[in-house]
Amino acid sequence: MLKITGIETFYGKIQALKGISLEVEQGKVVTILGANGAGKTTTMKTISGLLKPKHGTVEFLGEDITGLRPDQLLRKGIALVPEGRAILSSMTVMENLEMGAYHRNDKDIKKDIEEVMTHFPILKERKEQLGGTLSGGQQQMLAIARALLSKPKLILLDEPSMGLAPLIVANIFKIIKEINADGTTVLLVEQNAKQALKVADYGYVMETGKIIINGDAKDLLKDTRIVEAYLGKKSS
Amino acid sequence: MLLEQLINGITLGSIYAIVALGFTLVFGVLGIINMAHGEIFMFGAFIGVIVTSVMGLPLWVAFIAAIAVTAVLGYMLERIALRPLRGKQGVSHLAPLISTIGVSILLENLSHHLFGAGNQPFRNAFAEIQIQIGSITIYLVQILIFVISVALMLALSYWLSKTKAGKALRATAENLETASLLGVNTKRTITTTVIIASVMGGIAGILVGMAFNSVNPQMGLSMGLKGLAIIILGGMGNVKGAMAGGLLLGIAETLIVAYGDSGYRDAVAFITIIFILLLRPQGLFGKNTAESGR
Ligand SMILES: Nc1ncnc2c1ncn2[C@@H]1O[C@H](COP(=O)(O)OP(=O)(O)OP(=O)(O)O)[C@@H](O)[C@H]1O
Ligand SMILES: [Mg+2]
Repeated sequence: MLKITGIETFYGKIQALKGISLEVEQGKVVTILGANGAGKTTTMKTISGLLKPKHGTVEFLGEDITGLRPDQLLRKGIALVPEGRAILSSMTVMENLEMGAYHRNDKDIKKDIEEVMTHFPILKERKEQLGGTLSGGQQQMLAIARALLSKPKLILLDEPSMGLAPLIVANIFKIIKEINADGTTVLLVEQNAKQALKVADYGYVMETGKIIINGDAKDLLKDTRIVEAYLGKKSS
Repeated sequence: MLLEQLINGITLGSIYAIVALGFTLVFGVLGIINMAHGEIFMFGAFIGVIVTSVMGLPLWVAFIAAIAVTAVLGYMLERIALRPLRGKQGVSHLAPLISTIGVSILLENLSHHLFGAGNQPFRNAFAEIQIQIGSITIYLVQILIFVISVALMLALSYWLSKTKAGKALRATAENLETASLLGVNTKRTITTTVIIASVMGGIAGILVGMAFNSVNPQMGLSMGLKGLAIIILGGMGNVKGAMAGGLLLGIAETLIVAYGDSGYRDAVAFITIIFILLLRPQGLFGKNTAESGR
């Protein structure tokens, strides 16, 4: 479904991605792991069109989409939930959700918002509240719900569990599974390697702008390099 | 007569409010002060003079012409002076400000060439109609100006809070990247914003011509500075603040001229602002947070 080949992305003269290639198959959950500063966010931003790669190509459903703008990519079915959630803090929860369906013109928007709110009851309770006044976990729910309202084919989640309490983290991973079960393909960036590999079908590990390991998630869970670097000794 | 002076003040203030709304829209979305706004306002005023006094056409034609011309000016401002500087590496954040100053000088010089340097009378039979209520004289024009201003403010508020395009504008104002991830074509939204702001300036121009029967190429500068002062007063990027600040300044100025010393007229704006900012640095309606500064 998504295929990126030889991506090199720069911030001015700093090269953050040094030739990244990866593939996401339709219907799967794929995760990207890696230490801070490895280039995970840069990869997500490049796929979603926020950054333009200097070299390399991004293909989606067989079409070359390299260099398109985020709003064009959203219309093709790629939605990013960015790192740090990016809630519109001066708009209400309801308005944030409506913005999620911004590009749609169909009649189901109201119905879909209702449905999403039954999935995330807290959002229904808080629908008149300003987005910026939600707690971190609530904001993450809102960010995911908002992205789902664009009806994406592929959803990119950049560290959705960042800064959340363990119980909420577990809930987020449950939601990711549900999203995937509903037919949406997921590309997930995580620090929480163990949980990520448990929900994922396939995984990539990045280090300083390169992919150093890739493989089936269940194999990676047992890979000694990963166990040592990301899962810790006590993890099993 | 206090009441009469208050009416004059409200008339002037509602024009200021429209000018300030144009400033505030552009500031909210782009985070820049549009120094050419005053000159676009002045162009609106001159179009009004040409259509009504020179060509002798009715007032509504003048409004349409002014809206069309200032919309084109807004579009060119964005395409030629603002967009090329946006998101480029190594461009100073002051560059767009300087660029709009350049446009303002260009427009002022252009108006000297096109319309002449002096005052142009804004002759319109409509402007002479007055109504007596007891001992108070109200000009029909004053009522019209007030009605148009309030209608514009209401329309803008409604548009921003209820329509899809208005919400997209607010999203863009808060965070360009987030808005684009949500499917907003931010380039188009920004262009629309600059056009709407310019049109508001143009409409204010005609209203000033009608209220004061006189138009000149220098009027843009002082109006521009006052509009700027008002949005500082009302809180940067804040629509309600722009309206309240505009009315406040209009009334304050009028009363100073009527009961104080008319020589201080233009100083009032800035003295009030210094005081308010000493007491409330975030402006009257601004929230006390860093992010709401945008
Ligand atoms: N705006 C920027 N300007 C310059 N360098 C940047 C910028 N953003 C990221 N970088 C650099 O690019 C590299 C990759 O950063 P990136 O944010 O992609 O890492 P990450 O894997 O997402 O890290 P984390 O786990 O901390 O989120 C880092 O070395 C970082 O310093
Ligand atoms: Mg990151």
